Amino acid sequence: MAETSELTQHLECYVDTARSPTEQAASLNFITSLVKRDLLTIEALVKEMRMYLTITDNVIRARGILLLAEVLTGLPSKPLDNATIHSLIGFFTDRLADWRALRGALVGCLALLRRQVNAGTVSSSDAKVVAQSYRENLPVQSLAQQDRKLCFELLECLLQRYPNEVASLGEDLFYAISEAIDGEKDPHCLILTFHIVEVLVQIFPDPSGPLASFCGDLFEFLGCYFPIHFTHLKDEDADVKRDDLSKALMSAFSSSALFEPFVIPLLLEKLSSSLPLAKVDSLKYLNYCASRYGAERMAKHAEAIWISIKHAISNSLEEPAKSFTSEPLFGLGFQENEIATEALILLQKVTMQNDALFLSLIVRDEDINNVFNSIASHESYTSIPSKGRQNLHAVGRILCIITKTSMASCNRVFESFFPCLMNTLEISMENSSKDFTLNENSFSSKRFNFGALYLCVEFIAACRDLIMRTKELAENFVTADETCCYMLQSSATTLINAFCSTLAKSSDKVVDDADIYFKVKGLQILATFPGDFLQTPKVTFENVLKTLMSIILVDFDMPLLWKLALKALARIGSFVDMYHESEKAQSYIGFVVEKTISLVSQDDFNVPFPLKLEAVSEIGASRPNHMLRIVQGLEEAIVSNLSEIYVHGDLKSAEKTIQLLECYSNKIIPWIEETGGFEEVLYRFVISIWNCIDRCKDSSIQVQEEGLLHATMMAVKLAVGSCSEESQNIIIQKAYGALSSGISMPLKESMDDSSSIKLENLHLSEQVDKLSPRDEWIVALFASVLIAMRPRIHIANGKGTLHLFMTALVKGCVPAAQALGSVINKLGTPSNEIASSTGCTLEESMEIIFRSKPWNINENEVLRGSGTSHSSKVGLTELCLGFSSNKLLQVHAITGLAWIGKGLLLIGHEQVKDVTKILLECLLADDRVGASELKQGLLETICNQPSVMRSAADAFHILMSDSDVCLNRKFHAQIRPLYKQRFFSTVMPILQSLIVKSDSSLSRSMLYRAAAHLISNAPLIVILSEAKKLMKVLVDGLSILSEDILDKDKLYSLLLVLSGILTDKCGEEPILENAHILIDCLTRLIAYPHMMLVRETAIQCLLAMSELPRPRIFPMKRQVLQAISKALDDPKRAVRQEAVRCHHACVKPNLSPDDGIKLSVKSTTQAGVPYVVLLPPSIPTTATLPSSVLAVFLVTVKNRR
Amino acid sequence: MVSELINANPVIYEKKERRVRSVPSTADEYAVEPIDQEEIFDILFVYIKDPEHPYSLEELKVISEDAIEVDDGRGHVRVTFTPTVEHCSMATVIGLCIRVKLLRSLPSRFKVDIRVAPGSHATEAAVNKQLNDKERVAAALENPNVVEMVDECLTPSYE
Repeated sequence: MAETSELTQHLECYVDTARSPTEQAASLNFITSLVKRDLLTIEALVKEMRMYLTITDNVIRARGILLLAEVLTGLPSKPLDNATIHSLIGFFTDRLADWRALRGALVGCLALLRRQVNAGTVSSSDAKVVAQSYRENLPVQSLAQQDRKLCFELLECLLQRYPNEVASLGEDLFYAISEAIDGEKDPHCLILTFHIVEVLVQIFPDPSGPLASFCGDLFEFLGCYFPIHFTHLKDEDADVKRDDLSKALMSAFSSSALFEPFVIPLLLEKLSSSLPLAKVDSLKYLNYCASRYGAERMAKHAEAIWISIKHAISNSLEEPAKSFTSEPLFGLGFQENEIATEALILLQKVTMQNDALFLSLIVRDEDINNVFNSIASHESYTSIPSKGRQNLHAVGRILCIITKTSMASCNRVFESFFPCLMNTLEISMENSSKDFTLNENSFSSKRFNFGALYLCVEFIAACRDLIMRTKELAENFVTADETCCYMLQSSATTLINAFCSTLAKSSDKVVDDADIYFKVKGLQILATFPGDFLQTPKVTFENVLKTLMSIILVDFDMPLLWKLALKALARIGSFVDMYHESEKAQSYIGFVVEKTISLVSQDDFNVPFPLKLEAVSEIGASRPNHMLRIVQGLEEAIVSNLSEIYVHGDLKSAEKTIQLLECYSNKIIPWIEETGGFEEVLYRFVISIWNCIDRCKDSSIQVQEEGLLHATMMAVKLAVGSCSEESQNIIIQKAYGALSSGISMPLKESMDDSSSIKLENLHLSEQVDKLSPRDEWIVALFASVLIAMRPRIHIANGKGTLHLFMTALVKGCVPAAQALGSVINKLGTPSNEIASSTGCTLEESMEIIFRSKPWNINENEVLRGSGTSHSSKVGLTELCLGFSSNKLLQVHAITGLAWIGKGLLLIGHEQVKDVTKILLECLLADDRVGASELKQGLLETICNQPSVMRSAADAFHILMSDSDVCLNRKFHAQIRPLYKQRFFSTVMPILQSLIVKSDSSLSRSMLYRAAAHLISNAPLIVILSEAKKLMKVLVDGLSILSEDILDKDKLYSLLLVLSGILTDKCGEEPILENAHILIDCLTRLIAYPHMMLVRETAIQCLLAMSELPRPRIFPMKRQVLQAISKALDDPKRAVRQEAVRCHHACVKPNLSPDDGIKLSVKSTTQAGVPYVVLLPPSIPTTATLPSSVLAVFLVTVKNRR
Repeated sequence: MVSELINANPVIYEKKERRVRSVPSTADEYAVEPIDQEEIFDILFVYIKDPEHPYSLEELKVISEDAIEVDDGRGHVRVTFTPTVEHCSMATVIGLCIRVKLLRSLPSRFKVDIRVAPGSHATEAAVNKQLNDKERVAAALENPNVVEMVDECLTPSYE
């Protein structure tokens, strides 16, 4: 009983319109769930509700009926017996007449009619009663939108579920439907309406049935919606789009062939309207309807459709035509809008449907024949008037589309038009390979008729497309005995020869881009016909390759021709390889690939280097085996050049070798990585370079060539980086072998004392601070291998190598330092069993690097290997701290330390703290020296100090910045996330406190420099959160970096940080606090002479600052304007433009006229011009003036100055 | 102020295709790029619009690129503009706008000379004199109404 009272409560709640919708929904859910769980039967519910269902109060009755209906909607699969359903549907059908409570009746009917089949459905006789009641009682168009929608849903449901019962209504049904849909405007309802028509038509498929006579009337209602014109705003009715509506209408139109006599004329009529939307839609509808109505019914409209298509295409071409580039174009490159595109699609569709009819229409067409007749007058592209070009383009496009549809149409087009074109081109259709020599002379004296050339090439291209497509569909499709094939066969050779001879001699004559474009395209297409369709003699094919290749080698000053030829070659290359044309492939390798190799490896061609690279990558990219050939050639060239240089000391080819190496690193290695599966090649490359090193160890020639060294290192690094672990192991073995035999320094085998005696003889004492060039070469390359190796690689004699690198490091070999950093970084991997098994763990390496003291310093400040005296041994740490007074040594040590520190920082090792400590020590050296200066009197030390301190400051740059030479992902470095943030937040506070404490100006400036490096490399988000504290350091950093021209890039990156803060919302407060010093600094940077970007960015920063609240910025305005007016005369245009913008922003009175601005005329300048100061509102003012007066003042001040 | 428009129905011309300035080679940091015709035209084109209509002066063919003469070395600019109708009383305002804009956008070493195209205005000489008289320009710019109008024309519209 408790349940019953609860039920009553919920019933009341739902019926009561004063309750909130959420409460009502909850009540509905409750009741539905009761029925679902069989706690309440439908009968009981109806009995409980009887008062609400029959009450005379309209509102309550409507709610009551709706509740019952909604409950039923919630139970689509609950089994109900037939009697219940019958009485319910009877009730709802009856209620359809009750217009005040209609909603519930509609929802109820729908719910019952949509019930699942196995749960008991409405009987067909009941359904018929519903339909009748619908017909009699529902004035659909006078209902509200929501109710109309329900009505349409009901109708749709009836039509779909009970077609026979509904059909038995006969004419009544048609009238009901046309009455209901007449004049409907709501998009949701319209979609339903269109669908209703579609379903209705399917019920009466009989062409002589009752619908046939009614079709016209029905279409009258439907036709007026075409084309759908949809003006709804975006957010409103977002679920129904114009496209959906248009598609629904389209399927309604095409639902029955009975509509054909009405639809097609309407569409053709709308196609001739001036509304672009109508045209596009008509074409789309025609396309769709054509496929639904079938060829027979469409045949009688064929002529009208053809004419409409022709007009649509020729009228919708938009000037200007694109200029000819190396990209493929359609036709003559006219911009085709949607209309033309749709028209062409339609043309293809109808031709496919009925090709004989359309072909005869097209072949007989006057306009097309006119174009062909006038073709003889179109000698060159430039001489054709724009209208003529449009016509040519249109004809070309139309015939291409037709040609592509089927073999039959292709034959027909060739038969009708090809001879005429050949005639105009003066090419005989006889198979004329015999009298080719005769022809060649005649070609070279004349130029081709452009119109014919264009159409001819387009035809052949379309024909090839068709053949390739049919070949794809059916492997063994034989096409050789088609008419078009005969015709092509008879003229292809002559055409190719003609194109070749005219292209080859075009270099000395000015020719049209259009001419070149189509000739190259023609060659490319003729050369890529499959062999079973078109037999081109080997000589002819080779002629094509030769011609194109000679363009590559000679005509590099004609960019378009060159690019086109290259693209054509690449396409031919991928074609011959893909379609197994073995004979052609051979010629291709011989004529193109080999030539390309010689192009890069020999320098007898004066093709510019970037073009060579492009040629290599394009032709190589055509097929992998071409690339492999080229790579091999390149590799041989590199190695032979290197040995030439290092064995014979022949420096002539150094420049070229650098280019080759760059080509290898920039083009080949990325290609190999992208393609995958060719790592072998890279491995071979590295090995052959080490072989080369091995070979030249006996030579006594010392070659020093910085650029070459760097290029080689980069290539080796990249190549090693992409190799697999096994290959890397072999490479390292190989390299170690070459190193140990080739280097003039002894390699320590292990760490025992006896061998450390040997170290004593290090050549350190002989060449104080330099490695010999050859040693440097070998060490640097070995370092490159180690930099790029993967973690877990076994390093032979790890300790010895580390010692060697340490020695190289203090002698200024930066790669050695980088390698040390990388080795340590990779040893830090958690599970590094292999490395530990060699006896060289991270701990041991650290021991060697930081705690061993391999050297000592003798009296002449020359570093010696330790061993002779045990008194003052030094290690890396001591060197950094300046135990030796040789400053160069100290600088090297600091740089090396920075790289090692970076390796540690990336894995988050503890030792970074010590490294930082040492660096900070160096930075503070000035303070220390200042104190002890009197004692030692080492004036010289101070003179040298800046370079040491600077390198210590720059070490922070090394630590923080991303490097592309080592320690990055490409070279398999271990990188812990957020390492920059961590380092920044530990070091920055220390630096700041040191800056405060420092009393020497030099050391303070160096600390600022270090801080600037930290700031400019830290992520912006970190900077923003600390912006308040950093602002002063940042500004000082800017001024310090602006002092030296060498720091311009660092200055720029720091300035970018500032502009980042300026453009961020969080940055506003710190900016405002420091506005004065910021503007001071920025106005100085506006005059920075060494870098345009700095000036430009400084002005942009000022512009951003002018947006800040006026009271804070206004006092500085004068200063800004002065600086800006100087920038107006900047030598660079970009800076001037920014200056104009900023000046404008500063001058413009962006206050509304109604604001009273408090002004006081405070003073006059020397020239007697008054200037104004904007006072904060709190200060009492002397005058209140409108803003225009302010403007007047400003302009006056400006004018008089 | 004017109660009805001077030229109620001006002819609108299509904007000329902007030729794209070749990107200066970044190789030489210290190379000087002189101020040229196009730059002056850009200054005028981007900002100034007609006092009467929401069109830029270019669209009304009041100024064109060819009508600007620049001598960067000697610091001289001459802008010749063509009012839309002969008796256009807006000519002085347009001239004033051009002058103010150039004053704000060019280095102070430039002397700006603004003229009405010969034969395009009824009181050509008077207008020319008024536009190039320092005192009169300064005086005009002290009139709040004039300044408001000039600023209105100079507000960037960024279509």
